[in-house]
Amino acid sequence: MKRVQFRHSLLPYFLLIPQLSIIGLFFLWPAGEAIRASFYLEDPFGFGSTFVGMDNYIDTMSNAEYLNTAWFTLIFTVVVAFFSLSISLLLAVKADAVLHARSSYRTLLMWVYAIAPPVAGLVSLMLFDQHLGPITDLAALFGWELRLGVNGFDTAFVMSTTAIWKQIPVNFIFFLSGLQSVPKSIQEAAAIDCKSGTRRFWSVTFPLLAPTGFFLLIINITYALFDTFGIIDVLIKSEPGNNPITLVYKVYNDAFRGNDLGGSSAQSVVLMILVFILTIIQFRMIERKVHYN
Amino acid sequence: MSYRSAALRLAAFTALATAATSSFAATEITWWHAMGGHLGEVVNKISTDYNASQDVCQLKPVFKGGYEETLTAGIAAFRAGEQPNIIQVFDAGAATIIGAKGAVVPAQDLIEAAGTKFDINDYIPGVRYFYADKSGKMIGMPFNSSTPIMYYNTEALAKAGVEAPKTWEEFEAIAPKLKAAGYLPLTQSHTPWIFTENFMSRHNLPFATNSNGYDGAKGTKILVNNEAIKMHFTKVKEWLDEGYYGFYGAGWSDNQKPFQESKSAFWLGSSGSFGGLLKTTDFKFSATNLPYWKSVIDEGAQTFIGGAALFAMSGQPKAENDCTANFYSYLTSPEVQYMWHKETGYVPVTNAAYELAKKDGHYDRFPAAEVGVQQLSLPSQDNTKGYRMGFYVQIRDVMRREFGKIFAGDKTADEAFKTIEEDANKLLARFEKTSG
Repeated sequence: MKRVQFRHSLLPYFLLIPQLSIIGLFFLWPAGEAIRASFYLEDPFGFGSTFVGMDNYIDTMSNAEYLNTAWFTLIFTVVVAFFSLSISLLLAVKADAVLHARSSYRTLLMWVYAIAPPVAGLVSLMLFDQHLGPITDLAALFGWELRLGVNGFDTAFVMSTTAIWKQIPVNFIFFLSGLQSVPKSIQEAAAIDCKSGTRRFWSVTFPLLAPTGFFLLIINITYALFDTFGIIDVLIKSEPGNNPITLVYKVYNDAFRGNDLGGSSAQSVVLMILVFILTIIQFRMIERKVHYN
Repeated sequence: MSYRSAALRLAAFTALATAATSSFAATEITWWHAMGGHLGEVVNKISTDYNASQDVCQLKPVFKGGYEETLTAGIAAFRAGEQPNIIQVFDAGAATIIGAKGAVVPAQDLIEAAGTKFDINDYIPGVRYFYADKSGKMIGMPFNSSTPIMYYNTEALAKAGVEAPKTWEEFEAIAPKLKAAGYLPLTQSHTPWIFTENFMSRHNLPFATNSNGYDGAKGTKILVNNEAIKMHFTKVKEWLDEGYYGFYGAGWSDNQKPFQESKSAFWLGSSGSFGGLLKTTDFKFSATNLPYWKSVIDEGAQTFIGGAALFAMSGQPKAENDCTANFYSYLTSPEVQYMWHKETGYVPVTNAAYELAKKDGHYDRFPAAEVGVQQLSLPSQDNTKGYRMGFYVQIRDVMRREFGKIFAGDKTADEAFKTIEEDANKLLARFEKTSG
């Protein structure tokens, strides 16, 4: 009689094949291709190419406009993440305390979530239109001549406002469920110790929300960096002009409008490194300091 | 029951489809274009008419989005070996597709290979060489061709008691009167195209070394940083501050809107905007040539075309190429050109079509429709055939960015044009290496 035995060495690999091939096909291969292309200057049709070494990186990094774009991206990300997190936290705390018709309030606060970024952009484009936008008219009453697409600051303002508005529901949902998972016993114990609701919030509830908050911070940073593309594209009508744009938009613009594959690949490799660093920070440094339990 | 009827319908549909394909044993060719809205409808009409006019070839037009999207889709398809027969590529993308050695079959070769005579002099002067190579051979077939002209609101001019200006000096003189009459004197919709590229052509100034780039990408440098254009932009900024000029960002329609709403007296736009303006406005308007600076040139020179051309992509069987050539001949026939011209306002690309439009009295009915053709037919000079610069879409982006800074008061014209020159030359040097 022979003993039946699995051949342990191969089966796990076999079972991993679907997952690995998806990662290989949709992530590793394109990423490798981008790294390769970043060292070449290539005619988009693929007839000629020149190996240029680090030139694409040097050109990118020494370009004043690229640095401006990077600087804007940083400010934009901080502004969007800060305001969308703080406003949604405020809304979540208030919605949590509502007793009557709470589900209707929550639904109202959440349903913006269903709007696609380009549609959000389109809504803003109408509201802030320099000829007929109602918000533009409103701003004019306060002496602010708001000119979307002409004045860089105004465009940045509209972009940020739209991006924040669009992101609030996501944060709201998470914060609300975070608040609801704060144990009642702790809240009651805190209520006995301290009369001030504000103080109780900052010293008891807020630290308990830290895991949710940190998770959302990462989500919001990636949102501001990458997912705002649709909003930006619609708001600037695909013509960057003198308008502020983010790094991701510039990658798209240089590759798909400008057909500069080498330069655009170098920029996307820079972004890849950025995301890599962000991931390391998330997993290694901060996560240890955040208490999940 | 419902299953039966569905099956029946399916069978009937299949039979119909088979009948349809078998009766058209024609060679099928595809045409990727970027003409949306009303223009797209006219493109579809041209295709339907063409298919009805003969039974050897079957043309299938496919709308691929904007100009950039169409070019990008064409590039991706080409790399995958599934390119269409014809692709519409816009002016700023010409260097990209022509620079890629072997991506396209020159229109002239294609037509001659199909056994048809080709004479570039059949085309009106302003469109002849824009999409041609160094030797003057036509590579892209000019399709929707337009040129910047100056539209004016007739009533606004009458109210202010002024005439449409021929020169910018005259414009400066009448602008205060128009403002006093309650109008914004001037807006324009495409600063790189109208105030830069065609500014060079109108004043017969060189735009780039190597014959405006036509001699090849090697060592081509942009010549945009010159006194005449810096003077022009300094003036435009002054006009903006005085309220003689309106600037609404990089979008085409944002700058056209004040004119459509009778708020601005003059609008610099495309001769191809004529058809659309007729439909969307209810006031009387007309058009005249793009003004020039008397201090720079005595008599304004010819402008060149904007818009797009059709390129026959390589790697297609002979039968299909012959169909493409056959379609080119159909498309450039006087009747089709005249129909296209009438429907859209784009200029007729051939002399014969222009004659036909004249004979038919089109310009007696709409004098403004002739302005573009006339301006393109002015005597050609050294620097008026166009430009051929790589990464030009990005160069235009650089221009738009810097012009925005001039108009916002962040930079002087001197500073802005210095940056444009530097950034554009870096891009040109990079482009040179892509074909290496």
